[in-house]
Amino acid sequence: MKPRAERLGLLILAVLVVGVQALTAATGTPFYLTQLTMTAYYTLATLGLCLLMGYAGQVSLCHGAFFAIGAYASAILSTLRLGSPPAAGWRGALAKLGVLVRAQDLFVPGQEYLVFTPWLGFAVALLLAAAAALLIGYPALRLRGHYLSMATLGFGLIVYRFLLGGDFTGGADGISAVPPWRVLPGIALCSDSAHRVGNYYFAWGTTGVVLILLLNLVASRTGRALRAIHEGENAANSMGVDTAAYKLRTFVISAVLAAAAGSFLTHYTGSIGPGETQALRSVRYVALVAAGGMANLWGTLTVSALLTFLSLRGVFGTLDHAVFGAILILIVCLTPDGPLVPLRRVLAHAWRRLRRRPGQAATDPE
Amino acid sequence: MRPGRRLGTSRRRERCRRPASARALPQSREGRRLSQFVQYLFYGITVGSIYAAVAIGFNLIYCTTGVVNFAQGEFVILGGMTAVTFSRYLPLPVAIAAAVVVVMGCGAGLDMAVFRRLRNPSILRMVVITIGLSIVIREAALHIWDEKARALPYFTGNETTSVQVFGAGVSPQVFWVLGVVFVMVAALHAFLKFTTVGTAMRACASDVQAAMLAGINVANMRTFVFALSAGIGALAGCVISPIAMTQYDGGASLAIKGFAAAVLGGLGNHTAAAAAGILIGLAEGFSGYLLPAAYKDAVAFAILILVLFLRPRGLFGSREVGSQREF
Repeated sequence: MKPRAERLGLLILAVLVVGVQALTAATGTPFYLTQLTMTAYYTLATLGLCLLMGYAGQVSLCHGAFFAIGAYASAILSTLRLGSPPAAGWRGALAKLGVLVRAQDLFVPGQEYLVFTPWLGFAVALLLAAAAALLIGYPALRLRGHYLSMATLGFGLIVYRFLLGGDFTGGADGISAVPPWRVLPGIALCSDSAHRVGNYYFAWGTTGVVLILLLNLVASRTGRALRAIHEGENAANSMGVDTAAYKLRTFVISAVLAAAAGSFLTHYTGSIGPGETQALRSVRYVALVAAGGMANLWGTLTVSALLTFLSLRGVFGTLDHAVFGAILILIVCLTPDGPLVPLRRVLAHAWRRLRRRPGQAATDPE
Repeated sequence: MRPGRRLGTSRRRERCRRPASARALPQSREGRRLSQFVQYLFYGITVGSIYAAVAIGFNLIYCTTGVVNFAQGEFVILGGMTAVTFSRYLPLPVAIAAAVVVVMGCGAGLDMAVFRRLRNPSILRMVVITIGLSIVIREAALHIWDEKARALPYFTGNETTSVQVFGAGVSPQVFWVLGVVFVMVAALHAFLKFTTVGTAMRACASDVQAAMLAGINVANMRTFVFALSAGIGALAGCVISPIAMTQYDGGASLAIKGFAAAVLGGLGNHTAAAAAGILIGLAEGFSGYLLPAAYKDAVAFAILILVLFLRPRGLFGSREVGSQREF
């Protein structure tokens, strides 16, 4: 996309984000912001997958697992109790460094205890996801086609099993009472309704920033290399593109984005369960990217924001998963470029017809 | 066959999977160890033969059409579910036959509705489509039936009937599973080798254009292969149903284990796939010695990942197959 159109798109996005918030404030329906905030985080993960799937042409069926790795790392570290406040010894030193912070017990008023700061959880989340992506990606990305999807599907299922069976992951119940995260002055990631608007802007702000970064990445030398890999791996290789390294880097970037989204969302909702790792979750991200038109960040953003929001509102009811499956089949069968490209073509055609209408409809060569 | 009550993913059931030889407890420690070994062995071979059936289904479709069908496990579940419903109104053998025919129809329908329409689809798009199909089938099964686990009646005897093998109690259904899968593999082999249709199928697998030139209707052949592969899955789903139960969401893990078997055997080789399926079943069965039952599923996936990384052409596959197929 040309820079001008890109800037216009970002402007529209910003206006929409502010507009929706203003609308909910005006109509007294601020509860929509909660789902909109969650939508932003899921969209963040989807954007990362879009980079991998659309631009590098690799299917990952374990993005739910990366999301959960981030979420669980944050949840476990920030709920790990390390004794009561007057900290001494190594805990005192860590508290001075800001690694340990005080947290309020949810059930016993006045009782305080020490936990790791959410920043540490966040950092560990990103590092863990990057390490896992390197571990899986290094061998798998040397393979082609179905192999990567199957390997990632297998990895996702293993992570699911371990989260479900592990003791420190809370089993099927997951982890709840994850403390708030004061991420910026005045903005704490928590489900408290007083912080709802701040959270909404933080979530969409983060997504917007990531979108800008990804857009720049795609337009850069790296982006061109990735597209070359997608078009023809051997050709790209012979032109001097280190295909394995590029694919691996993209895989790690998208895993880290998913983990970041998971970490944010856990602090926002205050809980996390193993359901996020289910294969169906990962498939959902793939569906959103496919529906957005694969190599199309804007399309992915639009479709993901729309469908995830509707799904979170429970519009699809018990057909939730079926809707995503059907979308996958229909869109990939009917419109290989995604629904937005034909739509744009139709609109452009209509626009041209509209402008040409006065006087020259008869001489229209079409 | 206590350890293998079901193949699916319900957690509640897995907790009670552990007790290995509750039925027969020999006196001596050696005897108990032996009976436990036999129990794990039979469990492994039984689930393994189901993985083998799924793997063969994968292979058939992949060789002829180039599609890796992520919905392969769904055929097994559909077969079991349909047979359970039919068995309410029909005698068991007829119900099973009817279920197999219905699922074969589903398989053929999938090909005609989706894959026939695609021209030169990329691998990426095919992966995405078959994943979508598997979800839609699974959700359809959830809405047609419900989330309860169902089972066919035992073909011989009932739940408590057991045959004593080295002190271990083995359900007669286990022998049904082994027998049916063995006959199926043998029949498929003979079919591919000795019949005209089977030869035509192999022709499609080895060179589509040459097959076309020889006057084979490749499109119909593909539809037939989808039906055949769906039928194999459905029959496997029927015979395993009494001991493993059938639940709408069991397809995904069956599919990935079957795929693991197909890859382990080297894609395109049916006999090797069957052997690899049993190997994976055994690994899963004997993992009971080392791991809690909750992690049992992880064993097959770990094998899959290891094989993909260390020997992507499979244990029995040749290097050329791996590189030619660009898989």
